[in-house]
Amino acid sequence: MQADSVARAGQFVRVAEQDRQHLHFMLDGEDVTGLAGDTVLIAILACRPAVRRSDFSAMPRAGFCLMGACQDCWIWNEEGRRIRACTTPLQAGMRLLTAPPSIPIAHD
Amino acid sequence: MTKHRQVVIIGAGPAGVRAAETLVQEGVQPIVLDEGALWGGQIYRQPLPSGKFKRSKRTLYGFEWAKADHLHQTMARLQPLVDYRPETVVWNVEEKSLDVLSKGELERVPFTHLIIASGATDRILPLPGWTLPGCFTMGGAQIALKAYGCAIGRKVVFAGTGPLLYLVAYQYAKAGAHVVAVLDTSDWSRQRAAVPRLLHLPGVFAKGLYYLAALRRRGVRVERNVRLLGLEGQESVEGIRWTYRNAKPGTEENIQQLECDAVGIGYGLRPETQLADVARCRFVYSERDRCWIPETDAAGRTSVAGIYVAGDGASIAGADAAELAGKRAGLAVLHDLDVIAAQHDALHTMQEINRKLDRITRFREGIEHAFPMPEGISTDWPDDLTICRCEEVSAGTLRTCIQAGGITEINRLKAVTRVGMGRCQGRMCGTAATVLMSDELGLPLKEVGRLRAQAPIKPLPAFCQSTKSTPSSSV
Repeated sequence: MQADSVARAGQFVRVAEQDRQHLHFMLDGEDVTGLAGDTVLIAILACRPAVRRSDFSAMPRAGFCLMGACQDCWIWNEEGRRIRACTTPLQAGMRLLTAPPSIPIAHD
Repeated sequence: MTKHRQVVIIGAGPAGVRAAETLVQEGVQPIVLDEGALWGGQIYRQPLPSGKFKRSKRTLYGFEWAKADHLHQTMARLQPLVDYRPETVVWNVEEKSLDVLSKGELERVPFTHLIIASGATDRILPLPGWTLPGCFTMGGAQIALKAYGCAIGRKVVFAGTGPLLYLVAYQYAKAGAHVVAVLDTSDWSRQRAAVPRLLHLPGVFAKGLYYLAALRRRGVRVERNVRLLGLEGQESVEGIRWTYRNAKPGTEENIQQLECDAVGIGYGLRPETQLADVARCRFVYSERDRCWIPETDAAGRTSVAGIYVAGDGASIAGADAAELAGKRAGLAVLHDLDVIAAQHDALHTMQEINRKLDRITRFREGIEHAFPMPEGISTDWPDDLTICRCEEVSAGTLRTCIQAGGITEINRLKAVTRVGMGRCQGRMCGTAATVLMSDELGLPLKEVGRLRAQAPIKPLPAFCQSTKSTPSSSV
């Protein structure tokens, strides 16, 4: 129980400027809240422990540089477009995915 | 006859803004392309306006608040006079034109004169566990706090070396975050020996001492001469292991462990030089920066006519130097455009700038001596350590290929192992890969070469609007 609640907590801690407007967005189908002026990365890490899994080892990743250099925070929206979380401002109503959306396979 | 000209500046940090200001003062209106949402660069980065943030500039930028404010106001004033394009990534340079991605649209921007003021990122060396959530660059840790009011964790350790280590730790402690420790890989005797050179800028030196004293006053543990052994944790950072550099290897009792849920790492800064590289500017090895940088004349002209570099993207010297170098590059462009003549006051100004930059350079030599990249550090890296976080290439793979394949040049190693070939193009692993190679082969860093940049220098989304072209202006 303890471990589970810790794992669900955010990696980042808000230490200032918390009285900003709340923005609701969907993350992996769940309704979550960020603050106006956040990037997608900040909003996700304020409520989640990671932003994606690595392409090869599937180990969790949470970005690294926060300035658009390391490319370690690319996620997806529900339309399948890739989004660099640390340089994308959060908008209310975004529908984001931390794993690529499954692609329907055509059968004959 | 009208003479066609189009000056483009890449970057709206201290160097880019001062370059733009210098051009505008003489009636030349540049295009300013910047990846940021607002001007200021990383050092004077401004929070997103949509957040209606309330902290004062004094809180955000500390001792540097007046400089930050001055730079912000300058760019605000220049707005109507320059073609400013935020959120714009320049991903290629070809003969007299740039390929850019701006808000989802691809565009080609022609230029006759180009000032590259692309700034720097943290110089990163890996340690076991560095890909875990909770481990961020020192610069990233600072951005989280400055631009978003966030700490990277509940119990934070800052590790590596460089002045930023102490500055960011101080900023975190001051903001009420819990700083567990500062672990500096450099040793005190080198820092003491660097004092005469650091006194070239006594004010900056004094600020450094102030941060250190403030950390001690707040009870933050500060350790020097540290050898970092690795981060603990399976799914995220749970601790850090370290020892003293002079501890005997294999003596378990000397291994120290600290509980933490976040670590900021960095070993100084490295310049962003990819654009100068794809523009085929000639590079030279800088002993001070310990990397290859674009070759320039005394005014920032590269080996390619019409291309100039300024600020940390040219060579690491900090924000004050970047403002001066930006202005200097602006003057060089004006001179090359025949807007100002050689006997103009500008020549005086240029000499004055170079005198100031000389002092900063001597100070920077002191900084690099006080906070050096640790010698032979790769011998601490186990074979299963991930060097390249994009492609997940391990130290062992690199060693095997270097030894078995007889590889002695970094681009050959890249071709064989994919190190530095991933999405970040070696920004995060390039230093580590060259350091490892130099240690393995017993060659100086310079001898293993430099990772060559490729366009696109940053990833492009698959869904982009078609290319349009900025109409050329004539004067």
